[in-house]
Amino acid sequence: MYVADSRASSPDAPASAEGAVRPVVAGRRRAAVAPTVLALGTVSLITDVSSEMVTAVLPLYLVAGLGLSPLGFGLLDGIYNGFSALVRLAGGHLADRGGGRHKWVAGLGYGISALCKPLLLLAHSLTPIGLILAADRTGKGLRTAPRDALISLSSTPETRGRSFGVHRAMDTAGALLGPLAAFLILRATVDGYDAVFTVSFCVAVTGVLVLVLFVPGKRVPVAQTPEAPQGSEDGPAQADAAARPATDAVRPTLRAALALLRRRDLRRLTICALLLGLATVSDSFIYLLLQRRLGVPDRWFALLPLGTAAAFLLLAVPLGRLADRAGRWRVFLAGHGSLLLAYALLLTSWHGTALPYAVLTLHGGFYAATDGVLMAAASDRVPEELRSSGLAVVQTGQALARFACSLLFGAAWTLWGDRTALVAATAALAACAAFSYTLRPKNPTPLRPKGTATG
Amino acid sequence: MTVRTRILILLGAVAVLAAVGLASVLHASARADRRDHTQAGGPRVTSGKVTLTGPGRMVFRNMAWGPHRDELTTVPATDPAGPRTASGVKCLRFYAGSGTGVCLQAVHGAVSDTYRALILDSRLRTRDRYDVPGIPSRARVSPTGRYAAWTAFVGGDSYAGTNFSTRAAIVDTRTGRLIPSLEAFRIVKDGRPYRAADVNFWGVTFAGDDRTFYATLATGGHTYLVRGDLHARTVTTLHTNVECPSLSPDGTRIAYKKRVAGLPKDAPWHLYVLDLRTMRETPLAESRSVDDQAVWKDARTIVYALPGDYGADLYEVPADGSGRARRISTAAVSPAYLH
Repeated sequence: MYVADSRASSPDAPASAEGAVRPVVAGRRRAAVAPTVLALGTVSLITDVSSEMVTAVLPLYLVAGLGLSPLGFGLLDGIYNGFSALVRLAGGHLADRGGGRHKWVAGLGYGISALCKPLLLLAHSLTPIGLILAADRTGKGLRTAPRDALISLSSTPETRGRSFGVHRAMDTAGALLGPLAAFLILRATVDGYDAVFTVSFCVAVTGVLVLVLFVPGKRVPVAQTPEAPQGSEDGPAQADAAARPATDAVRPTLRAALALLRRRDLRRLTICALLLGLATVSDSFIYLLLQRRLGVPDRWFALLPLGTAAAFLLLAVPLGRLADRAGRWRVFLAGHGSLLLAYALLLTSWHGTALPYAVLTLHGGFYAATDGVLMAAASDRVPEELRSSGLAVVQTGQALARFACSLLFGAAWTLWGDRTALVAATAALAACAAFSYTLRPKNPTPLRPKGTATG
Repeated sequence: MTVRTRILILLGAVAVLAAVGLASVLHASARADRRDHTQAGGPRVTSGKVTLTGPGRMVFRNMAWGPHRDELTTVPATDPAGPRTASGVKCLRFYAGSGTGVCLQAVHGAVSDTYRALILDSRLRTRDRYDVPGIPSRARVSPTGRYAAWTAFVGGDSYAGTNFSTRAAIVDTRTGRLIPSLEAFRIVKDGRPYRAADVNFWGVTFAGDDRTFYATLATGGHTYLVRGDLHARTVTTLHTNVECPSLSPDGTRIAYKKRVAGLPKDAPWHLYVLDLRTMRETPLAESRSVDDQAVWKDARTIVYALPGDYGADLYEVPADGSGRARRISTAAVSPAYLH
């Protein structure tokens, strides 16, 4: 909480922007997270309860409920990852086509995922179940970019880090509660998978309702908050642009979305996210390495992701606030530093009992410092009209890079063994982080006036 | 719409949704009562004494509804559809050899189920217990009764996660020494040392020498039959496309499920027998896809489970590819023949 209090006296805070924002939030600065962000956080929390309920019981359902063999189920994952990237870009683009579409595209994504739950009751073999899961993930791909765009559009530029932090913390809380709810239902019933799916559906519908009822469709203009907080002479110009949209604004075409990469700031950010993503070893490998290094008993193995999630949950808001004050880019890079430390710990010969806690805290800290913070940083560099597409481009680049990394890491593991593969990943991450540090934007915020493509 | 209206709409909808959710939970919990009632026309089950040392008998998990559902039951091997004697011991998977049994159980915890393996003596008393890291799928005991093995599915912890892995464990029931995962063994693949992150083992079957075993190794999208050595702690690939091997009583043949091209993805297996001397494969006369680790009733007959009305039914088919498949028992799974 001290972060909140010290923020007011932060010397970084530009006087003009503060002056513009203060009157609105004065007196209750802690509630400065926009209602829309809280509503979206609630939607994500509820939706994650719903989807994690299903995820948690799915293996059990396939093996014990249906008697299927789940091995080889992941074969299509590679193909699906590519498709999911396209869906995400499409979602971003559709949402930008004006008329408050962010909400409806996101709503469509949440709705598709919700409808998948009762379908699981009808599917009894692997192919339909695989298709339903693919549809579920399509819904997730569709909604991610518009939702993040809504979060950024309904926060002031200088509180975006905090807004994303609050959203990610709520999202993660849902992910932690979901499995608990599912297992309580299984406990209260006999083979109650149908009950789990039904309840999951009801929960998902609640999430969609919260979105429909409490997330404004037409954006409430954040008019009091100039888009570019630094430099007082930018203020009036921005307010002017906001007052008459669509005249000199960038038209949200696909070409314009791709042309975003001609902006040097966004291009650099995307390149860095890509490079760092290429050195981000996937979670399951981290858990596997941790288990091998420590001989974590198998029954604790399933708890390792919970450790990461707990750290993510606790650190998302403080690190989001820190990002607002110290600079998003710095925190984003520091997050990768945290991941680098986690790799290094896995490579040392230290075997202490604190090792798993340290590694998981660093791993959760990595997510807290990068996941929402990257979106906040990218939001600074994308004009409002293309916010959703721009975020989708960055997210997709990062996701594809991480997928490539997991393929490369798997191959390196096969060729050289786990330790050497991790040494290589550590070296790569250090190199990418150093490179990203040199590439960092000179002046960490200002967005050029709208419509004027730079670079 | 005012905020008040919206909140009222939400509350109304949540009330309806909560009612639907509650109804589904109640419906699913009422199922417990239905399953505790014996259904008409099912096999007769009475409680009694079950031991693992009666030659000519078969012990299996009874799946018929009623008070003895999921218990280990026994019937004469010659009359598998006859009246069953139930032991009171509940198992998900079971196997036995020379008076030693392995029983894979679910332990109902406050929040989630955990699983364990019980080593049973010939009177089904628990001698040892071990944690099993996931949903149990296969169980075996060596012909001498000294070693026991089990396989569990582990995984499913990411969003809509579809990556599963298996852990195969072997325990020396005499010393209690546990090998929690065969992944610790050195792998020799096609004559060369091999390692990979995606290695999975399942379906262990033991030879009579208490040293050799066979299992399935999966890596890089392929499955292999491996021969393992418990002393040298190595596994060596012998043949491709072999899952859930089951060694014949004379140790010369392996019954297994083979992934056959052109079958649907969720039912891709056909039962085969592999001659370990000639490496010749013989398809068996069962046209349906079998997802089970078969057992050898004797040197000429394979027994396996297929999905049935109450979970699973048992079938038998000649091991030489002749004849045809025949159902021998309903509502039964995990059979072990006592010799």
